[in-house]
Amino acid sequence: MTTVAAKPATMAQALQRAMRDAMAEDPTVHVLGEDVGTLGGVFRITDGLAKEFGEDRCTDTPLAEAGILGTAVGMAMYGLRPVVEMQFDAFAYPAFEQLISHVSRMRNRTAGSMGMPLVVRVPYGGGIGGVEHHSDSSEAYYMATPGLHVVTPATVEDAYGLLRAAIASDDPVVFLEPKRLYWSKAEWSPDAPTEVAPIGKAVVRRPGRSATLITYGPSVPVCLEAAEAATAEGWDLEVVDLRSLVPFDDETVCASVRRTGRAVVVHESTGFGGPGGEIAARVTERCFHHLEAPVLRVAGFDIPYPPPMLEKHHLPGVDRVLDAVARLQWEAES
Amino acid sequence: MTVQELPGAGAAAYRPTPPPAWRPRTDPAPLLPDPEPYRVLGTEAPLDRALMLRLYAELVRGRRYNAQATALTKQGRLAVYPSSTGQEACEVAAALVLQEQDWLFPSYRDTLAAVARGLDPVQALTLLRGDWHTGYDPHEHRIAPLCTPLATQLPHAVGLAHAARLKGDDVVALAMVGDGGTSEGDFHEALNFAAVWQAPVVFLVQNNGFAISVPLAKQTAAPSLAHKAVGYGMPGRLVDGNDAAAVHEVLADAVARARRGGGPTLIEAVTYRIEAHTNADDATRYRVDAEVEAWRDHDPIQLLEAELTSRGFLDDSAKEAAAEAAETMAAALRERMNADAELDPMDLFAHVYAEKTAQLREQEAQLRAELAAHQDEDEGER
Repeated sequence: MTTVAAKPATMAQALQRAMRDAMAEDPTVHVLGEDVGTLGGVFRITDGLAKEFGEDRCTDTPLAEAGILGTAVGMAMYGLRPVVEMQFDAFAYPAFEQLISHVSRMRNRTAGSMGMPLVVRVPYGGGIGGVEHHSDSSEAYYMATPGLHVVTPATVEDAYGLLRAAIASDDPVVFLEPKRLYWSKAEWSPDAPTEVAPIGKAVVRRPGRSATLITYGPSVPVCLEAAEAATAEGWDLEVVDLRSLVPFDDETVCASVRRTGRAVVVHESTGFGGPGGEIAARVTERCFHHLEAPVLRVAGFDIPYPPPMLEKHHLPGVDRVLDAVARLQWEAES
Repeated sequence: MTVQELPGAGAAAYRPTPPPAWRPRTDPAPLLPDPEPYRVLGTEAPLDRALMLRLYAELVRGRRYNAQATALTKQGRLAVYPSSTGQEACEVAAALVLQEQDWLFPSYRDTLAAVARGLDPVQALTLLRGDWHTGYDPHEHRIAPLCTPLATQLPHAVGLAHAARLKGDDVVALAMVGDGGTSEGDFHEALNFAAVWQAPVVFLVQNNGFAISVPLAKQTAAPSLAHKAVGYGMPGRLVDGNDAAAVHEVLADAVARARRGGGPTLIEAVTYRIEAHTNADDATRYRVDAEVEAWRDHDPIQLLEAELTSRGFLDDSAKEAAAEAAETMAAALRERMNADAELDPMDLFAHVYAEKTAQLREQEAQLRAELAAHQDEDEGER
């Protein structure tokens, strides 16, 4: 592989290349979904795959999410590795029965004799001005289903590395793509050598001493920005990017919290019944004696995702994160 | 804006503009089912003697299997059993019509089809016994797990058949569903995908009259369930589900059609569920004895037996041999099911993921410790 000088590439390009590389290496990898062929997907993530690999490998399906995932189950039963695109987060809901009743538990039902090596790509989250049903953060539903892996990249490098890992996984992976980061850029050449990122490993995006921001996906850049802003207040914040919600990397998260003694979980999804509650509970159970303050959550409000002209008030931004960080001065106040 | 409100165009002028590649089917008649269910028994049609005798023996064995499994529920050896008594012709024909490399996608009522395909009767019952969800490797006999949610196995059959064809393999998938299942969204999506992809799939609807307690009239307003095929662009066939020769022939035609690249077929077999939905159901609340009795007179075994006897295919010794083989099967099943299943609690964590997560390893350790503590207590008491 020739190394080309790195130039800015987008997360969308990285995802596309991940599928292209996987399809080139493994003829059993098939992409299917609504609009993934000729159009290249509404976000152009599958652009060019049908042309390069043929319509049998990158297939425009009828518009039916349960049918897309249900047929993918049958394809996986026959030894293929389907990569399914659900066009938008809330469009995936008709496929929930297939995901929960079959995809997630086929290995278990069959005592290990029939795995489900398929990937469900779900563009998720808000911030792109999408109308109703185009901005949900549905990760808590997926996390609550045993048998699924749930991963979400926040960087261009991880978009490639995690999708390669997801396609290579012998278990089903719900691959949540933070759609507002599709056009985020990095010094990452679409032609440069790349690495596969392991599923189940969180990463420290920014080391710090005073508190840990635990976050993932679209909230990672928010937390990094907040961490930079907080330096003016004398806070040296550590930012942990979970990358994988299931399996959860207790080790990296707890090591960080034990170092800093304070933690805030940040995500777009609703707070009540959301991932933050689970994460805060895990951290509290494991790090109680190291904590200087309660684990706080900065989440979306407990409302249906708002219309786009109001979403800026709903989405956790830098200020809301900084407010939470200020509340971490628990001892000083009490 | 409705069609009528389109500027400058009345409703009559409105026509969708298809792209050049789209060829609408101008004559749906070849896809339509016959007005009456197709029958072979009682007609002059020639019959394959060897096949008929095999069908007969399997029907007798199947009836005995249903009776034995129902008895096992009363003895507490099975948690539940949805009997297919009265529907054995469909079950057996579905199994016998497939070649070795083909796949069967059964619903929870189709244990018998799986057994007729060669699955170990005990392995076929693990779901209903409660020791594991699927007691067999689906690849071994090419039988998908017995499916409890309705119609969700149909898209699997389509995907598998599609995948096999992409690989160039000669494989047909036969998917079984009940009349109630045809109301589910997955039924629609599966048929639509199958027709669009021209997948080698056969859909067999066993219309046994009731979805638990709801009669067909409250399930659909269609002229027949087979009529639903036309809307997808595949042929619909209506067959007498208690006529084993007819079911076998219609299924065999559809399987052969799929095998030669002709695409999917929807078959409605009209039959009747003689027993309740399961042993836990009270069928007297929603149907009358006279109806059940009328269907008993149209019993699949009696129909075939009378036909084969009158044609001189079947004599008393052959009948006795079939009954004896069924008894042997039932006795063996009884004996094996009376042995307690040996379960390892640690299997709870064995097959959730290809590799256990750290969280599952922790929980595994917790359960192991709990079991060890119980064992210590038990030993202390002794």
